[in-house]
Amino acid sequence: MEPFTSFTGTAVPLDVDNVDTDAIIPKQFLKRTERTGYGQFLFYDWRFKVGKERQDFILNEDRYQGASVLLARKNFGCGSSREHAPWALSDYGFRVIIAPSFADIFYNNCFKNGILPIVLSEDDVDLLFQRTNEKKGYQLSVDLESQRVIDSHGFEAYFEVTPYRKRLLQKGLDEIGSTLEFKDKITSFEEKHRIYYTIERNEKASI
Amino acid sequence: MGKTLYDKVYDRHVVYQGEDQPSILYIDLHLIHEVTSPQAFEGLRMNNRVVSRPDRTLATMDHSIPTTDRLLPFRDEVAKKQVKTLEENCREFGIQLFDLQSEKQGIVHVIAPELGLTQPGQTIVCGDSHTSTHGAFGALAFGIGTSEVEHVLATQTLKQDKAKTLAINITGELPKGTSAKDLILSIIGKYGHDYATGHVIEYRGEVIQNLTMEERMTVCNMSIEMGGRAGLIQPDEVTFNYLKDKQYVPKGEQWEEALSEWRLLYTDDDAVFDQTVEFDASEVVPQVTWGTNPGQGAGITDVVPSPENLPITQRKAAEKALQYMGLQSGTPFDSIKLDKVFIGSCTNSRIEDLRKAAKIVSGYRVADSLHALVVPGSQTVKRQAEKEGLDQVFIKAGFDWRESGCSMCLGMNEDVVLEGERCASTSNRNFEGRQGKGARTHLVSPEMAAAAAIKGHFVDVRNWVTKEREEVGS
Ligand code: SF4
Repeated sequence: MEPFTSFTGTAVPLDVDNVDTDAIIPKQFLKRTERTGYGQFLFYDWRFKVGKERQDFILNEDRYQGASVLLARKNFGCGSSREHAPWALSDYGFRVIIAPSFADIFYNNCFKNGILPIVLSEDDVDLLFQRTNEKKGYQLSVDLESQRVIDSHGFEAYFEVTPYRKRLLQKGLDEIGSTLEFKDKITSFEEKHRIYYTIERNEKASI
Repeated sequence: MGKTLYDKVYDRHVVYQGEDQPSILYIDLHLIHEVTSPQAFEGLRMNNRVVSRPDRTLATMDHSIPTTDRLLPFRDEVAKKQVKTLEENCREFGIQLFDLQSEKQGIVHVIAPELGLTQPGQTIVCGDSHTSTHGAFGALAFGIGTSEVEHVLATQTLKQDKAKTLAINITGELPKGTSAKDLILSIIGKYGHDYATGHVIEYRGEVIQNLTMEERMTVCNMSIEMGGRAGLIQPDEVTFNYLKDKQYVPKGEQWEEALSEWRLLYTDDDAVFDQTVEFDASEVVPQVTWGTNPGQGAGITDVVPSPENLPITQRKAAEKALQYMGLQSGTPFDSIKLDKVFIGSCTNSRIEDLRKAAKIVSGYRVADSLHALVVPGSQTVKRQAEKEGLDQVFIKAGFDWRESGCSMCLGMNEDVVLEGERCASTSNRNFEGRQGKGARTHLVSPEMAAAAAIKGHFVDVRNWVTKEREEVGS
């Protein structure tokens, strides 16, 4: 995962409330067993009609080609827990998503995939939508260290992110590795923690 | 200050609480299925890691499998590969798998409770957002992404900050002819699709105490449709009676010990929730959704709303939804004609759901204009239904009677709603394209779905005339 420090990119406005993960990546693309290559399926049913790009969908407009900052509306990423959603967004090229609110699981999944989800107030988001619509090639810059979003026309907003998640993005942390450093603690927890059953081993197990 | 049920379960599972990172939370039960796990296993292999506790992990296949004859080969090559990958992964890492040949196979959220794996006070995770279902037992259960599936496989823990808490106190009495599904749809309709974001919900009050375990599961199942991280219900005698003698539940002396531990799982009187709301169940009428999120619903006696009459913040979404759904404002719900009816999914595919639907269907025939199917939640449910002769009621009426799986809830297999078709579905999501590209989904209870299948359009199930069924089966 590419470490995230600061970033500047073209913004694209997706003016829809409650964008769910079924819309971000429809289920017919969830049967693959890889983690990569989902960008081509991003927003598939909105982006394509019988395999051809739909001109009425914002991501297909010329002026937004190469966009890497997604402006979105409230409750973005609601629905299923599929991590295929951030995989598709990041594979397509998005590094930042700005919205007034996100669904929990999606929000959490973003940090594991090098995407920074930023919550700004409704008013700020409205303003950014307006500027993106008005100014061709409108760009936003994000500085993770100081937790700020700015544009070159005087916009500046501070956003919240927990120190842990910040580090996760900045350093590209191996979360599992860092938890495994607590292996002793986990083991001693297990010794006194009671669970009333044991699930049998797979009888076809090879190890 | 006292503790909420959530606090109690959470605190019991904290392995490590650091200053600079979220708590490391121990996970008691990890459920796995074919769609969100392959990349997690791949990650383990790439880093030379093993599964920490195969004995706390259970796999099944449910999402992308066919629900027709199990002996026929898969027609979908990609789905077949996914299922095969799960088989190989479970073999390699020693994880118990209830595959298509297993008599215990079923939707992951149906099988864990019926096997007695879901127990009060546990932490349960699965790479599926409807894991909230298990909260009906007073277990802290939530959906996770694939990176977290890998984390749990490798460490049997999860890093998680504490959520906020929301109490929904449900007062009054659920009126005759309405169900747990109508209750939860009404709650989501009232508060909205994202109301509980960042919160763990505790459903409280007499109405909840009077629900059966299966009804409680229907309620908790849909917590995520309100944005909730999890849903919880305090375990009580109803819970314990349901669990007693289930396969994985302790027996004898251990059962008594478990009981005394489980009886401590309640919210203290002086505990404080971050938010508390009251909901009066007496007003509930059978629900039908008209939009493309579960919060866009109304009572069967209503008409399709006009966006102008909705709060300004909901208008645009409502217009878009009505357009997608092909609905005119002002249309009475009971005049909306259907092409498909789906009875199934982890929300409503348990034995009580099938009994209730069969009671409506018995003695009637499915309308000629539509295709209706019943997909039991598990092989256990299917066997039980067949023992009671419910399958015959459905088949005689003209329903398809299928093998267990997620099926048309998300249409990853061949059970899809076609473009422009309208479906009454007992599942939990009516998102655009959820049941198939261009599919129009109306969420309803099993009773409402069954009645709609007979009439070909929605009807108020409170006025349904049931016919006596001749005794069939043993
Ligand atoms: S039945 Fe539907 S909601 Fe439930 S686990 Fe399967 S796909 Fe998910």
